Amino acid sequence: MLGKIRILFWITYGVWLAAFVVLPILLVLYQSLHDVHGRWTLENFFRFFSPVYLRMAGDSLWYAFWITFLSLVVAYPAALALVRLASRDFWLVALILPSWVNLLLKAYAFLGILSEHGPVNALVSLVGLGPVPLLFTDLGFVLVSVYIFIPFMILPIFNAVRAIPAELIDAARDLGASPLQVVRRVIWPLSLPGVRAGVQATFIPALSLFMITRLIAGNRVITLGTAIEQHFLVTGDWGMGSAIAVVLLLLMSASVIFARRSFFAAPVGGE
Amino acid sequence: MRTLVRFFAFVGLLLALVVSARAAVTAKYRAYGENVLHVYNWGDYIDPALLERFQEETGIRVVYETFDSNEEMLAKLRQGGTSYDVAVPSDYAIQRLIREGLLLPLDHDRLPNLRYIDPRFLDLPFDPGNRYSVPYFWGTLGIAYRPDRVPFEIRSWRDLWSLDLRGQVLLVDGPREVVGIGLQTLGYSLNDADPAHLEEAKALLDTLVPNVKAIVGDEIRVLLAQDEASVGVIWSGDAKSVLEHNPSFEYVIPEEGSNIWFDNFVIPKTARNVEGAYKFINFFLDPEVAAQNAEYVGYATPNREAFALLPEEVTSDERFYPPEEVLRRLEVYLDLGRDAVARYNELFLEFKMHRK
Repeated sequence: MLGKIRILFWITYGVWLAAFVVLPILLVLYQSLHDVHGRWTLENFFRFFSPVYLRMAGDSLWYAFWITFLSLVVAYPAALALVRLASRDFWLVALILPSWVNLLLKAYAFLGILSEHGPVNALVSLVGLGPVPLLFTDLGFVLVSVYIFIPFMILPIFNAVRAIPAELIDAARDLGASPLQVVRRVIWPLSLPGVRAGVQATFIPALSLFMITRLIAGNRVITLGTAIEQHFLVTGDWGMGSAIAVVLLLLMSASVIFARRSFFAAPVGGE
Repeated sequence: MRTLVRFFAFVGLLLALVVSARAAVTAKYRAYGENVLHVYNWGDYIDPALLERFQEETGIRVVYETFDSNEEMLAKLRQGGTSYDVAVPSDYAIQRLIREGLLLPLDHDRLPNLRYIDPRFLDLPFDPGNRYSVPYFWGTLGIAYRPDRVPFEIRSWRDLWSLDLRGQVLLVDGPREVVGIGLQTLGYSLNDADPAHLEEAKALLDTLVPNVKAIVGDEIRVLLAQDEASVGVIWSGDAKSVLEHNPSFEYVIPEEGSNIWFDNFVIPKTARNVEGAYKFINFFLDPEVAAQNAEYVGYATPNREAFALLPEEVTSDERFYPPEEVLRRLEVYLDLGRDAVARYNELFLEFKMHRK
């Protein structure tokens, strides 16, 4: 009986996967092997390995790395502090709240906040540093992206840290570990699965950001996502757009596999 | 589990509320029966009060959708997934739509108000004899700048390269526009598709990079009005709205020439309410309506009678209704075919990636 139900569940999920994951990927693959005139060709992939697109891929990886790294630097201590708070549910909601606001809305808000005569520069001028260019700079772009991704980084880390039994920490303290050692030897290794999930939830979307590159970076940062958008909406060159998407998919798969194998490998004793 | 059930119950309740609210709102439209017209236009490009008036006078309910680039609109019309009854593409996009057979030929007898259109704006190269399209607005591409912040008078595209404008120039996010600036500065045509000339234009544009603060979309109006930059390459109607918000700005059509564009009404092949589409187009060709619309939108009207109804200070403003000798220097974009479009786009992408 239970076996039958399980099979039914699998079939439902299988149909879902086929229709909304496998089929679209196959469609993108099919498109990527055609030129604008609808002929079969590998041309798009050769084009990808030209200096322009390679540099774009390099830029995308570079910015995605910084966005992910800074998000982690901010989110990890925040998650640690959050777990200890008495009113942690309230603060958690406060942190997650921004992710409920539409992305475009946030981007437009930042246009005003970071502008030359905006509140941030008014504050900086008060200190006497004069207006700092933020809008349309790499720094502004990374800051806004970090702001957007932080909730996605905090949540999995928070859950992982919360799951660590308090006895382990007490035991470590009992055995003479300093607070720093507790974090390094006990909390950090045990929270790694959460870190990994957070890094993936940030790095992969960060690779293909596109609207923010126009609104906040003024097209001074061009990611692969921007190129895909241009090819689909402006040139009508769906083949090239799809080819970039295929390469991105491969990059993302690679990053997931890398995250599984490398320094994120689970500590002895498994997860 | 219990919280999950509660959550779904809450969502269910919300859904019930939304559905009932929607029923209440649609009851208001019931009066229109099934007479619905789908209009596809540029963002912020029509006076909402006039849309309201059209609905009241004709009993046709207008479902209004917007796009922000010709390319986006082309992609949507090609897909054919949605059926629009009226769309408002620009010249070269109309040319391509005609070429691809996506438009219905127009019956001029059903558009009596067509006689109010200035003949100068009829029978243009992108649609000979106006078989498929009817003028809505027209305008130019030019430079908006603040004379009080720029130490010299900007008169030409070449002036954008001045050392005084380091990091001060905003550009529109369009391959035809930006590559076009390079071409015209070199003295070539806006419709030049010669690869050598395009490369030359791109090399020249790369030297403009230190002056470019950002390449932006519709938000250019807000950015200039808020003094984010002193110079912007901008469409005439957007420039007009900047000037209204920030009177210290000036608008110039460059000496080398520039782009003149026309946005026309068309009826796509997939239209379901052709009758309504004719009514809609004819309504907006009415001089009084067109004048009110032009006041709201800020672009130049091709409607001769509407022009006569507009206030003197609007129509005598040579920045937005350029005189004959300026018009002669302007070029309309032609559809250059897919390969040239791809080349323009690739060069534009490279220009964006050029490191400052």
